[in-house]
Amino acid sequence: MRDDDTQSGPSDPTRREFLLTTGGAAAATVIAAYTPAHASSTAGPSGSAAATADGPNIEGAVPITLRINGKDRQLRVDPRTTLLDCLRETVALTGTKKGCDHGQCGACTVHVNGRRVNSCLSLALMHDGEEITTIEGLGTPDGLHPMQAAFVAHDGYQCGYCTSGQIMSAVALLKEPCGPDDAAVKELMSGNICRCGAYANIVAAIQQVRKNT
Amino acid sequence: MHTFEFIRPADPAAAVATAAQAKTAQQGADVRFVAGGTTLVDLMKLNVETPARLIDINRLPLDKIEATADGGLKIGATARNSDLAHHPTVQQDYAVLSQALLSGASAQLRNMATTAGNLLQRTRCMYFRDTAMPCNKREPGTGCSAITGSNRTLAILGTSEHCIASNPSDMCVAMAALEATIHVQGLKATRAIPIGDFYLLPANTPNRETVLEPGDLITHVTLPPPIPGSKQLYLKLRDRASYEFALASAAVVITVAGGKVTRARIALGGVGTKPWRSREAETALVGQPANDANFRKAAEAALRDAKPQSENRFKIELAKRCLTHALKTATTA
Repeated sequence: MRDDDTQSGPSDPTRREFLLTTGGAAAATVIAAYTPAHASSTAGPSGSAAATADGPNIEGAVPITLRINGKDRQLRVDPRTTLLDCLRETVALTGTKKGCDHGQCGACTVHVNGRRVNSCLSLALMHDGEEITTIEGLGTPDGLHPMQAAFVAHDGYQCGYCTSGQIMSAVALLKEPCGPDDAAVKELMSGNICRCGAYANIVAAIQQVRKNT
Repeated sequence: MHTFEFIRPADPAAAVATAAQAKTAQQGADVRFVAGGTTLVDLMKLNVETPARLIDINRLPLDKIEATADGGLKIGATARNSDLAHHPTVQQDYAVLSQALLSGASAQLRNMATTAGNLLQRTRCMYFRDTAMPCNKREPGTGCSAITGSNRTLAILGTSEHCIASNPSDMCVAMAALEATIHVQGLKATRAIPIGDFYLLPANTPNRETVLEPGDLITHVTLPPPIPGSKQLYLKLRDRASYEFALASAAVVITVAGGKVTRARIALGGVGTKPWRSREAETALVGQPANDANFRKAAEAALRDAKPQSENRFKIELAKRCLTHALKTATTA
């Protein structure tokens, strides 16, 4: 399912594939201790999807369905898999970033049922049947979401690592109670850390979109 | 993260029956309820919490916020912090609670975190979060690393020689001042526990943080009817302007008539081993003129028994000024 499958043969693994392969092998030995029976029978409505689902074919993996960016995805996940790791490693949507992995930086921000959350602090199977929106679901290179376009126009980033989380937060903020001034925007964006310090431009980008909508 | 069995119960009774198989009570137990996950998943990644079974209560019907027959408010266990903070009744009648919730964490975390999860939020003490270090709360009998270590952010009220971990919650401080009641469904019966009786001081058993027994499921919290004419405020002081835990905070619900304080409910955050209701401050205020000198006297009373550690003596004066300022602001608003 990954785009790079067709671009690299077995003798030329990409870095990502190499990590996936070795990570999978290491996980399999750990998973042997896990008892899947209860989890599979209680994890949700998608039990029959296991045969066709994406994800590691390892003992203890649980079938779930996530509606990601408008498309139902039938997946198998180790119960320990966070929503973040599921999106990046199982579904190969790597626009969502892993920063601190402890809910302190906001790089992993996605929308669940239209609300922003830290995907690193949520287990994927807690979201069986729910609607997930990632940065890949906001716009396209030719048709940017207004917030993406505003970040470009205002130079709302430097290295770009926090940017997808910033934009997912900013888009959610448009629907949340928020005062008109910059201070209110800063307060509601405080869960997204930018080590480059692009904060002033990020606030300007958000304020422009708020004025135009 | 250790492996676990993931269970999605059909109803609260099933959740309780499964959880009752735990050997110890909720926090740190081998069977854990999970809702938002903002504390538990974090601590599972650190191997601080290692439940063998995880009971997902997100799909149980426990998320409603509704008026009670007596004019109070019933808040479901899985009502999200953001929904509670923005609920019209909370903003109108329990402003201190809305302010406390919105001063905590980030917008993303508030969308995930729940009422019951916040009640059971665990300390941010760095030694508790680091399995390489001795910690009586995490591993009873190993000692307290914080007393001789880094303790700038930790508690000065309610500590013991075994633990000085501070309770990190803002929501609970407001609920203490509002005299909330915590409703629990157990294996045999349901119980209504006043928030003042819910938390335990660390004493000799810092691993035991609440009166919850194995299986106990928090189903909802109730708030008494709002006090007519009362003023409310939550003031939080911290190292950053936003997205940081309190060094000191104060929740006040105060009524002034004819220039005198007729009723006061006061709780402090960031300084206690539990959400710190200060009856000493309340007693010092009631019947007295509402002025700066008396607010300061109340603050002195609240911190009289404070016991500083090597790095957090500053918290005593900080908490006093926090409470004094909160009382002044609330009564002049």
